[in-house]
Amino acid sequence: MRWILDNLPLIADRLWAHVATSLPAIVLALLISLPLGWLAHRYRPLNGPLLTGAGLMYALPSLPLFIVLPVLIGTGVRDAVNVVVALTLYGVALMVRSVADGLDGIPPEARNAATALGYRPLRRFLAVDLPLAGPVILSGLRVVAVSTVSLCTVGAVLGIPSLGMLFTDGFQRGILAQILTGIVLTVALALALDRLLVLAGRLLMPWARTPSRRAVRRSHRPGRSDQTDQTDQTDQAGQSVMPS
Amino acid sequence: MISYGSVTKRFRDGTVAVNNFSLSVPRGSLTVLAGSSGCGKTTLMRMVNRMVDPSEGQVAVDGQDVAGQDPVALRRRIGYVMQNSGLLPHRTVGQNIATVPRLTGMDRSAARRKAADMMDLVGLAPELANRYPAQLSGGQQQRVGVARGLAADPEILLMDEPFGAVDPLVRADLQRQLVDLHHQLGTTILFVTHDMDEALTLGDHIVLLQAGARIAQQGTPKDFVSAPASDFVRDFLGLDRGQRTLHRETAADGSVLLLDPHGRPAGVLAE
Repeated sequence: MRWILDNLPLIADRLWAHVATSLPAIVLALLISLPLGWLAHRYRPLNGPLLTGAGLMYALPSLPLFIVLPVLIGTGVRDAVNVVVALTLYGVALMVRSVADGLDGIPPEARNAATALGYRPLRRFLAVDLPLAGPVILSGLRVVAVSTVSLCTVGAVLGIPSLGMLFTDGFQRGILAQILTGIVLTVALALALDRLLVLAGRLLMPWARTPSRRAVRRSHRPGRSDQTDQTDQTDQAGQSVMPS
Repeated sequence: MISYGSVTKRFRDGTVAVNNFSLSVPRGSLTVLAGSSGCGKTTLMRMVNRMVDPSEGQVAVDGQDVAGQDPVALRRRIGYVMQNSGLLPHRTVGQNIATVPRLTGMDRSAARRKAADMMDLVGLAPELANRYPAQLSGGQQQRVGVARGLAADPEILLMDEPFGAVDPLVRADLQRQLVDLHHQLGTTILFVTHDMDEALTLGDHIVLLQAGARIAQQGTPKDFVSAPASDFVRDFLGLDRGQRTLHRETAADGSVLLLDPHGRPAGVLAE
């Protein structure tokens, strides 16, 4: 406890560095995955290679990647950009599938209806396809957010600041409080980000939370199927003559 | 007016859904394309707003070949109501109904008023405007579908088995309302169904199709019942099974009752 109080500025610094490294990676992963996922969804022959390729990318071991990346993109070994790029790659590896799955899962009748109503293709994608794929994309993004925050700590081994440095440093110096602070803050940051995403999802996609009538009916009145709404009931009552 | 001129539709896998089909749908009529599934009726309907393009022949709306028209502009001026409502699940009832007005540039508040008018027209309570489709009953969803189809004041309304998924009582009510709306608005309606009862209830002109969209018979509901053109028509109507046969019976007070095939009174004969 004493260690924490004495080192608040250091902790704040590390926390900030951690956010500044992982957040851009999460956003970039989403932005890159959208077109890739769309390609995998839209062009069947690309589906296999893209998704397999993305999956394999996730299998790259992170430490060697951190060492090879500077050579490939011409940055210094201790540049935080390396970590952002590496984390983005891992994020994309996970996200592409979510985006493709989300777009695959759009009810065909909704898509058909949008076309029949007179949406142009781009507008339909932005106003209908993307929002309807939203819940699946969001759940992918939550996984990416949490995994990115946790992977971000690996950079500490190379001397790139993050919460991970609290535990590498604490380990070397034998300060248990420092190690624990690093671990707890990493988990807390991941959870906070996850909560934020869930909240954003509720705000942006209120429709995804509305239980379907059928589900409501099933849970409240098992076995009843004639539970029509009031409008229909009054209409039925008002209908006295059958078509002759 | 919609006219089909020797239209053929061959799909990529070689199946011929529509074979050399010609038909005129008069302006202001409620024309029903009836037939069992796979007879090509939905394909025919979708040619009107270019959801499907014919392989041969042409489809014209008001004398103009649709092939030469921008499909998006065409779709925005032709209403479309589909099976299972086809509502956009992420849009509220009000937003769903206002879709086409908004697409064509109507401002938000005018579109909202328009949606409210349409809800009133189809008998939906105004407080449903902020609900999502999943929160409505099947019957209400179909009403929203009809309201959305009519929201841009189209001259043509295409309806693809719109009432197929609702229970019989609600369906009868929706059918009655559609007939009323048709009289009120004078919209040309092209209606697809596999249900001959529905065709007889709604259509002022019925076109019964066989496989490949071959016309088995076309005419008024009376023509079908009084003069079926072939065994296929008799069978499709259920005439051979006595389903539409009524028997006369004189009641104790001298009035003449008509009994259905089960012996239940269908009504009293008015002289």
